[in-house]
Amino acid sequence: MNLNRLLQPKTLAVIGVSSTNDRHPANVIFNKNHFRQKVKVFPVNGRGGNFHGETVYPRVTDIPQKVDLAVIAARAELVPEIMTDCIEAGVGGAVVVSGGFAESGQKDLQERIVSMAKKGNLPFIGPNCLGIFSPPYLDTFFLPNERMVRPEKGRVAFVSQSGGVLVDQMVKFAVEGVGLSLALSIGNKALVRELELLNHFARDAETDVIAFYIEGFEENEGRAFVQAAAECPKPVIVFKAGKTSAGSRAVSSHTASMAGDYEVFSSVLAQYGIVEAKDEFELVPFCEALSCYQRPIEGRIGIITGSGGHGAIAVDACFSHGLSVPPLSEKEQAEMRAILSERLQEIASFGNPIDLTGSAVDDDFVNATKVLSKKDDIDCVLILLLPYSPGITSDVGARLSQICLQEGKPLVAYVPHVEKFLMFVEGFQFNHVPVSHSIEEAVHMALAMKRRRPC
Amino acid sequence: MLTGEMKKILEASRSIGWVMEPEAKQIFSLAGLDVPRFRWAKDKGEVTQFAEEIGYPLVAKVVSPKVIHKSDIKGVVVGIETQQELIEVYQRFSQVESFAGMLIEERVPGIEVIVGAKMDYQFGLIILLGMGGTSAEIYRDVSLRMAPLSPIDIASMVKCLKAHELLEGYRGSDAIHLGQLVKTIQVFSALVMDLKGEIESIDLNPVMCSSARCVVADARIMLRG
Repeated sequence: MNLNRLLQPKTLAVIGVSSTNDRHPANVIFNKNHFRQKVKVFPVNGRGGNFHGETVYPRVTDIPQKVDLAVIAARAELVPEIMTDCIEAGVGGAVVVSGGFAESGQKDLQERIVSMAKKGNLPFIGPNCLGIFSPPYLDTFFLPNERMVRPEKGRVAFVSQSGGVLVDQMVKFAVEGVGLSLALSIGNKALVRELELLNHFARDAETDVIAFYIEGFEENEGRAFVQAAAECPKPVIVFKAGKTSAGSRAVSSHTASMAGDYEVFSSVLAQYGIVEAKDEFELVPFCEALSCYQRPIEGRIGIITGSGGHGAIAVDACFSHGLSVPPLSEKEQAEMRAILSERLQEIASFGNPIDLTGSAVDDDFVNATKVLSKKDDIDCVLILLLPYSPGITSDVGARLSQICLQEGKPLVAYVPHVEKFLMFVEGFQFNHVPVSHSIEEAVHMALAMKRRRPC
Repeated sequence: MLTGEMKKILEASRSIGWVMEPEAKQIFSLAGLDVPRFRWAKDKGEVTQFAEEIGYPLVAKVVSPKVIHKSDIKGVVVGIETQQELIEVYQRFSQVESFAGMLIEERVPGIEVIVGAKMDYQFGLIILLGMGGTSAEIYRDVSLRMAPLSPIDIASMVKCLKAHELLEGYRGSDAIHLGQLVKTIQVFSALVMDLKGEIESIDLNPVMCSSARCVVADARIMLRG
């Protein structure tokens, strides 16, 4: 199934544009694309006429140009006829925004459009979905622009069964400064499902990380999905909802009882190195970390901090997530001591965590990071940065990032996210080093890399 | 590959929906798994005769198409030392609904492990390894993997158990024969791939693991409805 015209269209037909109801979803979609996106957009409505000075085409077949994508926002019972037109016009793909299919008991209608689309070679997203968010080219979400929080263009593709979850997580992506290559709400996922999208984004040059919000798979679909994800060179993140099965079916074997739906789901993801985000707090930090670092780690963490307490909290968080914090040998500690500022030599601790104390200057952080970055038994360095320490300058993020880029060892930073310290945050972030809001979240970011490792 | 004898057992068990222990063990034995020496006694005469063959102390279990969980009705007696004791157990078992005989087998020492399989709706055939016995579901210390299993999968299944140190020799106790456990899982995984159209789930529980062997001490196969 080739999804290129569907997901990267140059021309768009919006079907269902209303001349009487300004708030009709089709109108919102037409306007936001017409005014703000690069795609060339054509309004379609059976009645024809004129919409804001643009010709309204009665049917897709009337549009004088080849249409790559049709957004269908008409009543469910009209969708088959519209699809017939789309197939006849050689449209490259469709987004069926309309509800009123399997989710409300109309399974037959849904099956009908699926079989039409298969026969007519018209891949479609939905029905009952928001569709595709892919600025600056396209945005089929029927949400007014002024209401949306839009993440920057970036390298994470996010596919969600739920439109609501997608839009809400997009707020979080935007707040964290994690960019999306494309966001996709697939609703009833009647034809184009997770597997096809995984295969598409695996090849997509604009995407480095592929994230999914999944409620469930069809029979054996999970098997095909994990096998494809295991072959995919890019990190695949899955956030699964519906972890407890609704009805507790009486089961007659110990195995069936202990291998519940979610236990199996979670174990199989781990088996194939597919990163499970276990809750919404893990999802965005995982995307951020894995868009910076694609290689799995064993989970041996080196910690550099400006406060002993922060170090202790980080160690606790590491242990609670199954990450280790290997101690430095006497010899390594002596070497570390020798390269730090003289006034630190008697007061800092060098075991791991490396506590540089509130008297540290940028050079101390830089030198300690260099040492840990060269250690073979540490595969990720956590920097717990306290920008209120008087010896630290706003250059430190960019300087530490250079070490990471040079040595190739993943670095994760914690910096308190208040406006005053944004320069510290951006020093890391603009140099492709992930920055967390909390110590716990920094540990989550390291955990994401560990979950990349098949277990 | 399923042998003719395996297919015959499966066919004959279809009407009750599951394969009872003696026949399930027969299938696993044919596949190359280690099972205890056992005989299925259908009457009192056979009970005493088979007990002599197997030798005391021994284990007696009730066989009935209505009894899936034998322990729940005290249908397993371990460590029977005398013929008199054995006859008393037999008499009690014969009162059980749809009584179909008594299984008499050698007692096998070791740590109790569970090896299982399940057809999962989303992922197909799944293999389970866990700490076994009747309390398996209380501790729920299990590893799950999608079949077929690679050698890496099997090694990580053992490693991922919370109690893996118990298997590897903990505080002076002998380590189990890990090679035998790995082989047991391998053979089981290959067999259930052949059985996947037929089964809903399988328990080998317990598999008795010692420094010498891993023996399938109890088994049941739930057939697809």
